[in-house]
Amino acid sequence: MKPLWNLFLTFSKIGLFTFGGGYAMISMIEDACVEKKKWITHDDMMNITVVAESTPGPIAINCATFVGYKQKGFAGAVTATVGMVLPSFVVILLIAKLLDNFLGITIIANAFKGIKLAVGLLILDAAIKMIKKMQKKPLPQTIMISAAVIMLLINIFAINFSSVALMLIFGGISLVIFLTKGNQRKVGDKK
Amino acid sequence: MIYLNLFFGFLKVGCFAFGGAYAAIPLIRDIVLSYGWLSDEMLTYMIAVSESTPGPIMVNLATYVGTSQAGVIGALIATFAVVLPSFIIILLVTAILSKAIKNKYVQAVLRGVKPCMIGIILATGCWMIAKNLFSVPFSAFDINALVITVILAVLYFGLNQKMKKSISPMMLIIISAVLGMAGYAF
Repeated sequence: MKPLWNLFLTFSKIGLFTFGGGYAMISMIEDACVEKKKWITHDDMMNITVVAESTPGPIAINCATFVGYKQKGFAGAVTATVGMVLPSFVVILLIAKLLDNFLGITIIANAFKGIKLAVGLLILDAAIKMIKKMQKKPLPQTIMISAAVIMLLINIFAINFSSVALMLIFGGISLVIFLTKGNQRKVGDKK
Repeated sequence: MIYLNLFFGFLKVGCFAFGGAYAAIPLIRDIVLSYGWLSDEMLTYMIAVSESTPGPIMVNLATYVGTSQAGVIGALIATFAVVLPSFIIILLVTAILSKAIKNKYVQAVLRGVKPCMIGIILATGCWMIAKNLFSVPFSAFDINALVITVILAVLYFGLNQKMKKSISPMMLIIISAVLGMAGYAF
């Protein structure tokens, strides 16, 4: 099999069969790329997971781009990423055409009223899990709580303020605090 | 114009969604609601669909919003835009800048951005639940929704903690659909 075709097939298989996104995909990628194909080592996989956590975007895409690049350079990166995205793209495209019609049926509309409630809980759960993993230090906790309060106020009073701006402000504050504290302390260098 | 808005909107999502799918949801809500592309309700339905279909949730949402606004081309543009930043960043990190991510100033900024992101996700979750229980602006109260939410919360959080058996998000969505059909049938 041609290497690019192989990359494409492997990642589209992962894209097609992994539900729930994110961390479910990491174990699939590990299984396919480290155990079976031996494209990358386990250490590579650990490293890319760490990098994926400090960079934006879907973690699965980060991994696909990385493995593709290691295998076949830029062409490999493009092939693996497209392979990863294509299955869900096609599935959603089909669903998008159908969803509006489905919602006209009362029983399905009722089902979605229930589903709506589950989504709120899932988002809350994601936040709780992240809070548990967060460093128990005053600064991150203060930032987290203030951001939550500000965001709630923005929602309640329907203020037009983008959450990106909020993130940039807190990123800036954190940098200023770091700079004023002086650079003697080595913070953040965990390795 | 819609193509440009889709492109830059989702480029912004791709640039700032630190922490995976759930980080993207508040950002996508921001953009979708401010342009008036979808109602909050449709977006919530779509989050559930994205959660129950394969693939990264962020990509699924981008594809859906793109399709709903500008057909297949819109879907292509939104999906391309949401993937592009992480693609470029990973290429840069693996090819050249492996040190940049560990740079202390970069880390200092990230130490502010990440907890802020978590706070935003927390607020979004609370807000979505509150909005489902009280129809905004807090005029009516939906007793069915309260009962279903409590059942779901007990099932999801309670079982996970007590029995060490976890319900997957997809399972929770299926249960919630059944409860919705039963609860709103009368």
